[in-house]
Amino acid sequence: MTKSANDVVITGVGIVTSQGVGAEPHVALLNAVEPPKARVETERFAPYPVHPLPEIDWSQQIAKRGDQRQMENWQRLGVFAAGLALDDAGLKDNLEACGSMDMIVAAGGGERDINVDSLIVDEALKRNDREQLLNEKLTTELRPTLFLAQLSNLLAGNISIVHKVTGSSRTFMGEEAAGISAIETAFARIKAGQSTHTLVGGAFSAERLDIILLIEAIQGHALGEWHPIWSRKPENGGGMILGSVGAFLVLESREYAEARGARIYATIDAIEGDRGSREDGRLEARLRDLARPGAALEPQSTVVFSGTSGFHDLARREKAFLESELAGRPVRAYGGLVGHGIEAQFPVGMAFAALSLGHAAKVPPFDPAEAPMTAPAKTAIVTTIGHARGEGVAVLSAE
Amino acid sequence: MSKAYTDHLGRPIVAVTGMGVITSLGQGLEDNWAALSGGVSGIHKITRFPTEGLSTRISGTVDFIELPAENAVERSYAMARETTLEALAQAGLSGDFNGPLFLAAPPIEPEWSARFELADRAPASERPGDAYNRFLAAMRQKADPIFHEAVLFGSISERLADRFGTRGLPVTLSTACASGATAIQLGVEAIRQGRTDRALTVATDGSVSAEALIRFSLLSALSTQNDPPEKASKPFTKDRDGFVIAEGAATLVLESLEAAIARGARVYGILKGCGEKADLFHRTRSSPDGGPAIATIRAALADAGIDETGIGYINAHGTSTPENDKMEYLSMSAVFGERLPSIPVSSNKSMIGHTLTAAGAVEAVFSIQTMLTGTLPPTINYQNPDPAIVLDVVPNAKRSQQVTAVLSNSFGFGGQNASLVMTDEPA
Repeated sequence: MTKSANDVVITGVGIVTSQGVGAEPHVALLNAVEPPKARVETERFAPYPVHPLPEIDWSQQIAKRGDQRQMENWQRLGVFAAGLALDDAGLKDNLEACGSMDMIVAAGGGERDINVDSLIVDEALKRNDREQLLNEKLTTELRPTLFLAQLSNLLAGNISIVHKVTGSSRTFMGEEAAGISAIETAFARIKAGQSTHTLVGGAFSAERLDIILLIEAIQGHALGEWHPIWSRKPENGGGMILGSVGAFLVLESREYAEARGARIYATIDAIEGDRGSREDGRLEARLRDLARPGAALEPQSTVVFSGTSGFHDLARREKAFLESELAGRPVRAYGGLVGHGIEAQFPVGMAFAALSLGHAAKVPPFDPAEAPMTAPAKTAIVTTIGHARGEGVAVLSAE
Repeated sequence: MSKAYTDHLGRPIVAVTGMGVITSLGQGLEDNWAALSGGVSGIHKITRFPTEGLSTRISGTVDFIELPAENAVERSYAMARETTLEALAQAGLSGDFNGPLFLAAPPIEPEWSARFELADRAPASERPGDAYNRFLAAMRQKADPIFHEAVLFGSISERLADRFGTRGLPVTLSTACASGATAIQLGVEAIRQGRTDRALTVATDGSVSAEALIRFSLLSALSTQNDPPEKASKPFTKDRDGFVIAEGAATLVLESLEAAIARGARVYGILKGCGEKADLFHRTRSSPDGGPAIATIRAALADAGIDETGIGYINAHGTSTPENDKMEYLSMSAVFGERLPSIPVSSNKSMIGHTLTAAGAVEAVFSIQTMLTGTLPPTINYQNPDPAIVLDVVPNAKRSQQVTAVLSNSFGFGGQNASLVMTDEPA
């Protein structure tokens, strides 16, 4: 593909998963000959397995303990991953670049104080004036700082405070679609010359009973032991295993990146999201449209990072789609390795794709059902099908 | 493209061709404008939940929309649907909208009633702090897809997208109290990118609950001058003591001027420029020097291609908190200098309270209406001016005055700042 000044290139990757902190351990696993081994915590939230955070020294990216304390884990993880991305792009502490840098964050939020909620519902079981009880208990028991520590747009707010990214600050919400729209919007703005450099990504904390409840409301969790994502069975639950993940990218116009001599991992050639009814093959019809820019790519050197949630029906349909429409291109379902990260799911896939292309990796299978690669990756496709709605596909190429 | 349809930077000019609004003052632009320009307050005693023992017992809730269930998602959706129906009717558009949807919506959590219901059907407590383990046990026994859907942030835009036939993946966003302005900015950007000829920009907030109120109370953000409710919101006065939490929604249909003219649509105003700049000072407080707010206003003016002398009226963020009004005055002074006292600046929030997520869009609608009618809405409750804030706030009564360019500010927690410049004519 011919290069042009307004190409959207990835110059920084900040990633945290159960596999480790930062680009290094993830590049190592993408370049390994042997398939990576999933890290799963099956005891702490039993019967729900989760992919837990790796060991993290928060102070590496969030120097002030006071700042760390102002955030719940989800925000902290996002601010940390954003710092990694800035570091990786060589822009950390570059006040001028960060001061004009745009930012789009895909955010969830809503972390609860489990003890306060428990206290209130336990007391409510004994009382008839529940609304009055709420006023009493919330007024006295709520930590004033919790509101901000779990508020959706305060992940971005904390990135501004900690990393001094202040060109603009936008927070997108809406589960998997938020992550897709965030990168799609950043891409469109850079393409059109509305932004030169943008920090974009998201984070997700799986190790929370309140978020586990969200998925259990539709009995969506795989239960008990970990099984490979493409072969999870209804008798073992709904198929999804959540994962604590953070993924941020620094996107730049080619012109801006080259002017500062930045290392370029990959170019985003196309990215689009859509939504709608999934009945009667309409999901597949939309996927076909979204994946069209990827259909002509050389199969051997293309890797497909599938963000499948593991929900049985959606996983089956996505697999069938990939096998028929993108036949011969090796698929890597990264949710099976690091868990499902809701808002951060698509950004995690983009991070894996960027690192694979930047290092010309022959990515080993993540799952027994996946074929080995016979050539290093030159192009990549990233998919995410939202667990409730929304789909997105991106196509990337190596330099 | 003809020069008449592009701006100073050669980008498509963005027209507003439809508007809809709901606030505590009522439903629809006509009723709202009559009340707002008449200096009527929509602030009242809270009846949605008991307020005994709470320091703030007033709000600008919207209690007149019929809902299938009393919760923040249903209320926020219903208001967004109604304002969108109004805006599309005004725009003369029917059938599928066929453009992108940008929705500013409040971050929503499960209702307490849902937690109580779960607790009622869950096994008994075995140890303190185990409510969520019991909730999970209840869900394993019997799933509750309605609970799941009600706490997904994407659920409101999903329903709007289906109802109005918007195109692509809708964006649901939150930039705190700047959200409504950000939704409009995203619509403007999409049209300027050439991705679309039209965009539906919606902002809604129906999330007032006991917990929401208490959270803001704990941050000392709310007025506690409960009696009489309609006097509590008094921006730019010496005795202002916090904002009044409120609800509302607004929809703006944005179209490229060229597409609007081509289909013979009426143009109500032009979305001329947008500006933003994040603040790194503090989670809830603004930089003491007003730097980011100043940069935001200047960015909006630059984007609009007009200088500070071109602005004839400012629709202030004007929350009535000690901090915001001081900072906003400081930043306006820095940008407009000695001319500032001669520019009328009023705060709609003196009457409708702070509609939070919706505010930027609600106030954009009122800004355009200000130009259309040649009437400046007042800042009511302006009895005791803050001597440190020297502004013409259009005190207490509306004023007939034609303006051709309006600045509207929105500032929020998390260092969010956004400003919009709107004009009556394209040039």
